[in-house]
Amino acid sequence: MSESKKRAMIWERDEKAILRLHKSEEKMDHILVTDVGSTTTKARLFQKIKGEWRYVLSGESPTTVEAPYENVIMGVQNAIREIEELTGLGILSEEGRIIKPHSKGMGVDFYCSTSSAGGGLQMMVAGVIKTMTTESANRAALGAGAIVMDAVAVDDGRPDHEKIDRIRHLRPDMLLLAGGTDGGTTALVMQIAELIAAADPKARLGADYKLPLVYAGNKDVRPAVQSLMKEKFALSIVDNLRPVLEVENTEPARMAIHELFMEHVMSHAPGYPELMKWADLDILPTPAGEGMAMQLIAYVEGKNVLGVGLGGATTNVYSVFDGKFVRSVSANLGMSYSICNVLKEAGIENIIRWVPFEIDQSTVVDILRNKMIRPTTIPHTLKSLLLEQAVAREALRLGLRHHKTIATRLKGAKTAHRMVGDMLEYSLKETYIEMMKIDIIAGTGGLLSHAPRRVQSLLTLIDAFQPEGITKLYQDSVFMMPHLGVLSKAFPEIAWNIFDKDCLVRLGTVITPAGTANQGEVIANMRIVMPDETLFERDLQFGEIIRVPLGERVKAKALFSVKQNFDVGAGLGKSLETMIEGGVVGVIIDARGRPLTLPEHDGERRRTLVRWFDSLDLYPKEFMEGWEK
Amino acid sequence: MTAITNDSQEKESAEEAYAYTPGLKVKRGITVSKTRTLPLPGEVLFKEGADVGFDTIVMRTEVPGKPTIMKVADVLNVKPEDMPAFMVKKEGDKVEEGEIVAKYTPFFGLIKRFAKSPTRGVVEAVSDVTGQVIIREPPTPVEVKAYIPGKMTKVFSRSGVVIETHAAFIQGIFGIGGERHGALLTVAESPDDVLTAEKMTPDYKGKILVGGSLITLDAFKKAMELGVCGIIVGGVRGVDLTEFLGYELGVAITGQEDINITLIVTEGFGQMSMSTRTFNLLKEFDGYEAAINGATQIRAGVIRPEIIIPHEKYTSRTEAEDLARGIRPGTPVRIIGEPYFGKIGVVVSLPVNLMDIETESPVRVLEVKLEEGNVIVPRANVEIIEE
Repeated sequence: MSESKKRAMIWERDEKAILRLHKSEEKMDHILVTDVGSTTTKARLFQKIKGEWRYVLSGESPTTVEAPYENVIMGVQNAIREIEELTGLGILSEEGRIIKPHSKGMGVDFYCSTSSAGGGLQMMVAGVIKTMTTESANRAALGAGAIVMDAVAVDDGRPDHEKIDRIRHLRPDMLLLAGGTDGGTTALVMQIAELIAAADPKARLGADYKLPLVYAGNKDVRPAVQSLMKEKFALSIVDNLRPVLEVENTEPARMAIHELFMEHVMSHAPGYPELMKWADLDILPTPAGEGMAMQLIAYVEGKNVLGVGLGGATTNVYSVFDGKFVRSVSANLGMSYSICNVLKEAGIENIIRWVPFEIDQSTVVDILRNKMIRPTTIPHTLKSLLLEQAVAREALRLGLRHHKTIATRLKGAKTAHRMVGDMLEYSLKETYIEMMKIDIIAGTGGLLSHAPRRVQSLLTLIDAFQPEGITKLYQDSVFMMPHLGVLSKAFPEIAWNIFDKDCLVRLGTVITPAGTANQGEVIANMRIVMPDETLFERDLQFGEIIRVPLGERVKAKALFSVKQNFDVGAGLGKSLETMIEGGVVGVIIDARGRPLTLPEHDGERRRTLVRWFDSLDLYPKEFMEGWEK
Repeated sequence: MTAITNDSQEKESAEEAYAYTPGLKVKRGITVSKTRTLPLPGEVLFKEGADVGFDTIVMRTEVPGKPTIMKVADVLNVKPEDMPAFMVKKEGDKVEEGEIVAKYTPFFGLIKRFAKSPTRGVVEAVSDVTGQVIIREPPTPVEVKAYIPGKMTKVFSRSGVVIETHAAFIQGIFGIGGERHGALLTVAESPDDVLTAEKMTPDYKGKILVGGSLITLDAFKKAMELGVCGIIVGGVRGVDLTEFLGYELGVAITGQEDINITLIVTEGFGQMSMSTRTFNLLKEFDGYEAAINGATQIRAGVIRPEIIIPHEKYTSRTEAEDLARGIRPGTPVRIIGEPYFGKIGVVVSLPVNLMDIETESPVRVLEVKLEEGNVIVPRANVEIIEE
């Protein structure tokens, strides 16, 4: 299948946008895309240069959706003005509107945007059975780019009054109600519907407008839901997301969520009605744009992908595993506003274990709390940078752990002819995410993109996710995955070209024999034949990590022979011959074992870290002297 | 000049939004304007122009009562669709706690089953699909106080008021505890002093204590025992805060803690000398009654804790507004990142080109004159000190 056909599978071109084009696609040469983030509005200018679409530059400015400004347009204009100053291209008219189409050095031909300002799309979901319809509703909302504030189920263990209290206190942007298979329970669906109606939740953006509610449950209950909910809520009824237990159909619910997001949520946020008029495409929630970018990598390469967006407030984890796309969001794990939540959830010991110099717990707590209260500060000293990268490892680790609870097999589905052995394995491995089967890890977000050396973000991802076998690592160059995700709705080919050339930084490939042994024990032999026929061959000792230079888009032939209790992708003790691809960092051979463990003795732990960091040339050595002592 | 408090109506211009790195406000004499709002429409008790005090109740409303779900069909052991026929009370009827809502007495009364209301309220809904009945409890009254003394300058019909007062206005960086008022009492000799338990005495009851660089955990506990109204201090240790609250604070959204004391931290976590300007200003108003609020929210649309000291000492001035237009040579700044955290200095220059810092990141920097000499710091790591 051709690449464009593969992309067409996930990217349905928005034909309405094409009708709104100011000039034909062939004649377009300037595109502007913004992402209105919770802190910063990021504008990206794309331009056709010598017949090829490329990223040109960025403009950024604080987001102005909340007090004292309360008009998102101001932040967008400021970000655009930065681009104007840097390029000399006039984009805004005297009235401050985007000039379209581009003509005589003024304006752009197309404009679109994503948004997560004001905390993004916040939803509450509800269903009948916690592990069945409620879990599916949760996945549908997450897949649409929402933060799920709570998932209420008939059997979630909370008494009714507690659920009601919770619903009354939440102020979501939208509700998703599921429950029952088609033709299944009606009473239990109505039980949860009546509970929601009684609790009468109010919308976050104002008590005086109807809260949008998507009903995606048992179709037999639709009339009853309609009569119960239509006065209190802006009701939208779509196909059941679990029509039968064996099938999960989240797409209709996801599309309804996006429509209601535009119609009800965005149109009530300050300045958004104007922004919606400016945009040539519907505004998408930022994680929805990011998710599309992750899916693109998976489909174009035909591989399993694990993606992550590590932000200041939240951590989004995406997986495309055997073609199934799932997103999870850890709404309170982030690197600035939510940095102390990482501390709270991971524990101080888990953060400090990644720090190679001596520092007491109380000091670390104070440093992280100071980052929380002044979230826009950046690390000035190497020690502060290391500490933030230590926190990032834990945020990512927790984010993946959470993701695995979302990326699960459908519960309640009957599988014919399942053997007892299968059943046991099934209950033990609830998630289907297997690190040995993840081919690509892709990261985006400020901490990863701004790492002074690319190898730092690469090791952060490796330590947190602990890939096994052969895994390629990609990174967003300057945070434009959401931008390209939304742009792809109208112009998949343009978006892919920019994505491939300017967005994806190919960090390299990590090769990890999975297993454990004694420190220093020889666990494998590797032979890498470089493109110029030079041979790189050596034994691998357990506990080491090494870096082999191999450039971006350059391939080499590799042969790994592993000891009996190690697996590098071909099975335990089996040799693997494969082609590996380099990157800006190169090829990393990670013989530190899986699961990755650090020595318990503090001095030994620090010496081990310094040895690893040294081996990869992770940090400037002049500042690291004496750390391990 | 009007302070831009978290709920002020005032807006910045686009140009200012672009260039302005907001600092914490430390103002001697300005018009502070607070918008007080009701959670739901209700009644405003005064007219525009009225004078109000700290504790004057200015608005009230009623929040709908909690719903309670009764599984009546289950209790009567009847089918949901049959249940409405056995209702003694209908939708809209008032019920008392323990009163019979539905009864089922077949076989000439040989079997008697009753569903009694677990609470006082009104029957809101009767469902023949689930067999549930919803009882809505009586509404809860909510009152809103003025919080600051002054003149009511605006009334928003049934929803809110604006109160204005002439005051000194100081923002902290972080706080816990809600709105309170009390007399200021400077107990630190200098901005570097540490507030310890030994220094706490019973006559501090009801006062807002002004400390120096740190308050210890024991001192904080003692202050609460003594009934101290509030504490303003340069720093607090993160681990002490966790122990005091009994839980680890994950995100900085505070103000709703169930404690009878308000803490306002002016500089940050750890031992941090209070800025001399803040300390001197608080000392100047020793004995004055002040309103404080520890509520902090750190997202876009930041809410910082505040100290409002109403007074008539100085008339409004229109100085220092140029600071709001951005950082320039001569701007006083506080460094808010290691290795110079907490140091205060004056901007010397703003190099145009990006510069590599210790981490090897190329960033925008500025040169700051400190007591110990000039230093280069990332622009992101300073905040303007507004006087």
